[in-house]
Amino acid sequence: MKEENEAKRSILARLIPGFVSLTKHGPSGWMVIIGLVIVVAIVVMTAVAPLVAPHDPIESRVGPIASPPSWQFPMGTTALGQDMLSRILFGGSTMLQVSAISVLICFVIGVPLGLFSSYVGGNLDKTFSLIIDAVYAFPGLVIAIAIAAVLGPGVVNMALSIAVVYIPSYFRIVRSQVLSIKELTYVEAAKSIGAKWHSILFKYVFPNVVPSIVTVATVNFADAVLTAAGLTFIGLGVSVSIPDWGYDLTKGRELLSSGGWWVITFPGVMIILLALGFTFIGEGLSELLNPKLQR
Amino acid sequence: MSEIVRVENLVKYFPVQKSLLEQFFARKVDYVRAVDHVTFSIKKGEIFTLAGESGCGKTTTARVLIRLLQPTSGRIFFNDQDITQLKGEKLRLLRRKMQMIFQDPYASLNPRMRIGDSIGHPLEIYGIARGGEKVKKVLEVLGKVGLTPPEQFINLYPLNLSGGQRQRVALARSIILEPEFMVADEPVSMIDVSLRTTIIELMLNFRKELGITYLFVTHDLAVAKYISDRIAIMYLGRIIELTDKKTLFNEPLHPYTQALLSAIPVPDPERRRKMIELKGEVPSAIHVPSGCRFHTRCPYAEEICKEREPDLVPVTPDHLVACHLTERK
Amino acid sequence: MLEVNSLTVDYPTRGGTIRAVENVSFSLGKSETLGLAGESGSGKSTLGLSMIRLIPPPGRIVKGEIRIDGVNIVELPESKMRILRGQKVAYIFQDPMTSLNPVKKIGAHFVELIRTHEPNTKKEDALERTKKVLGLLGILPERMNDYPHQFSGGMRQRIMIGLGITLNPNLVIADEPTTALDVIVQAKILDLLENLRRAYGMALILISHDLSIILERCDRIIVLYAGNMVEYASSAELHKNPIHPYTQGLLRSIPNIELSDQRLSAIPGSPPNMLNPPKGCRFSPRCRHAEEKCGLMEPSLIDVGNNHFVKCFAANDEGVAVE
Repeated sequence: MKEENEAKRSILARLIPGFVSLTKHGPSGWMVIIGLVIVVAIVVMTAVAPLVAPHDPIESRVGPIASPPSWQFPMGTTALGQDMLSRILFGGSTMLQVSAISVLICFVIGVPLGLFSSYVGGNLDKTFSLIIDAVYAFPGLVIAIAIAAVLGPGVVNMALSIAVVYIPSYFRIVRSQVLSIKELTYVEAAKSIGAKWHSILFKYVFPNVVPSIVTVATVNFADAVLTAAGLTFIGLGVSVSIPDWGYDLTKGRELLSSGGWWVITFPGVMIILLALGFTFIGEGLSELLNPKLQR
Repeated sequence: MSEIVRVENLVKYFPVQKSLLEQFFARKVDYVRAVDHVTFSIKKGEIFTLAGESGCGKTTTARVLIRLLQPTSGRIFFNDQDITQLKGEKLRLLRRKMQMIFQDPYASLNPRMRIGDSIGHPLEIYGIARGGEKVKKVLEVLGKVGLTPPEQFINLYPLNLSGGQRQRVALARSIILEPEFMVADEPVSMIDVSLRTTIIELMLNFRKELGITYLFVTHDLAVAKYISDRIAIMYLGRIIELTDKKTLFNEPLHPYTQALLSAIPVPDPERRRKMIELKGEVPSAIHVPSGCRFHTRCPYAEEICKEREPDLVPVTPDHLVACHLTERK
Repeated sequence: MLEVNSLTVDYPTRGGTIRAVENVSFSLGKSETLGLAGESGSGKSTLGLSMIRLIPPPGRIVKGEIRIDGVNIVELPESKMRILRGQKVAYIFQDPMTSLNPVKKIGAHFVELIRTHEPNTKKEDALERTKKVLGLLGILPERMNDYPHQFSGGMRQRIMIGLGITLNPNLVIADEPTTALDVIVQAKILDLLENLRRAYGMALILISHDLSIILERCDRIIVLYAGNMVEYASSAELHKNPIHPYTQGLLRSIPNIELSDQRLSAIPGSPPNMLNPPKGCRFSPRCRHAEEKCGLMEPSLIDVGNNHFVKCFAANDEGVAVE
């Protein structure tokens, strides 16, 4: 296990100076930078929200009911008279937490499962693949809804339901990578010098699988954001006492019919922006870590 | 000289992969007879070469011998110990004495490991050295393979090195444990011609210095002639001729060996060799010809050649040939 | 029929521009064989591809001319070049495994080739010509209806050669035609090329890293290093009297199966980094005779007599500068 930690630590140590060199890597490098800027900005915004928000986001009647953007309330107010701007500032926190936790769960469960299953191979691998493929075959949102409905509201529960949907993706990507890397000469060479199986797995196979995991992780983030919004939209998200973009999306829809555009638009834009940020990072990294063949 | 490795009636068959439909309709399983009853022994300190064209089974034989593959049947002895069925920890410990260099220098090194770590990994595995002690040994061995100054190379990644340099790293990794026996699978065929001698000379030096015995696998008979003590020519999974280098090149007895030698290009514009024509092509290893497997292409084939497979027998005590016609003489 | 003057080819890459071919000049007569010998980074494949103007973009010819039967093909518009390809110049690619269309019958490969270049040919005539070429290749005419995967590697390479010569080109360029093949098949393929060349009166450029094959089969040889032509002579002359240290080193490193007790030696150092090649003479860092000027100035091509050209300061004493 020490070797596993060593491998992970050295990856991080390599990533940090890597950030700085991103600018030198052409359009993909810039994609990653833009994505990072967006995501980091939103994270910072959420973190400082308690300090900069003009009003308490859940307090009702701080202003007129359902009024359009004005100087006093730059993003307007909700049907309950809550300040939209404050709700926007605070509202990302749920989404960020949910996506972060779901990625963590996926990583901790999906990656080791994929690694062991495909490395060991045989009937174990066949069994796991069958189970995972069955889960994968279900439409993601349906499973997420089912689990969320059973578990009830809450950040961790939402994260869990999203994680269950995503673990198969990690498993499959890791597995396909391991299956091809397993056959490569340097793995055979590692066997020929007498390395033990866990040494081979964590020193020779895992470091070469990491690039593809990173890509999946960023897509996972983006998708988690959207799924969380979706779950909240249909009422399976967090409770109403927490400001949340997804929640405002629902409420904003009701207001739309009577001509109120601001309650649905601003949260919608923020959700798209956050998902876009993660996607940019993912796309850019994918191109950088696995560059297309160059002549 | 004593034997260090002995192989008896080694067989390795690979089942042919069939699609689901084919599996349903076909009744028997077809096998690729990669290695079909091969027997030989290697003397301590010698360079023994398995030579032949692609598909003859030389690489598979080497891999089975070093137990990277499981033999289908037959026995393998290392230092008089039967290692055929060795498994798990015992097999792993054997690796310390038997090492391998691979053909493709671009594929045999972990791209995400610094070469110092790659070379030093064997030391960690067997608990021989760690930390500073390990680094010292790695630097020492880098010097031995000519990657100097060693401090400059130890922290590089494989992608910073050329093919020839990578192969030296692979060599360093194999000899750092000072093994007794080394299998070299076409170690120079993917390296520039002008650099091949470096690797070959290093291998010869290590034989002198560390007393390593080599099993050399190659399709390039010119290189085989330069480096080997004894050579075994393989065809379609069997050894058809086995003798010392001088005899093989001066008095080849098997028609296949003769044809092979006549086809090798000579770097001399004045010498145009007369190539012995062989009809047809190498048959598939799944449907091996009856009798002598070479009879379909042999210019001297007779009835007996189609019916009975010739054994590898000594024509002189040190020259073995598998051919009915030579036996007769 | 082929004349190349000061050809220079560049490949712009992310890390900088690679000068794959630098100032190469040579000529080739109607039925001659020219061998391009070199190792990693020598530029021999690029040089071969230039003859047929198939350099993969973003690579491009930046200087020089290539005259085929008097016409400079460097300036030619692509439409005219397309006509030349196949009819005047043919290129046989290195890897027969991937160069044939797996879903097309072998016969169809030939027929399509013929009818694309000579659209007025009747189908029966095209088939007749195909049968004739297959006969020369040693392939039974019935196999016209087989697919590429039904042939072995050696046969596929023969088919590639057949496709190359079908339109009776004046010049054939064979890029490592035998690398993936066994020694016996290799000899047969090279014999086939030789026979076809003599029968059709074609000029042949043979590209290989295997100097043995080149010495055995070619009339004249160009030795390439880091994109430069370092030695250019007949094969007999090159073998008897190699002047450039790289050529000498190369010859000393090939095992000769006819000699016993050979002492082989390697050339020290590593292949050149084409993104940042050595200053002055590209070979100087690895040359045992290198002097100070070798690392500062590039030597010019020197005529040492006997139609033998060397790009080395050491040849100065023996000959007259040509560039």
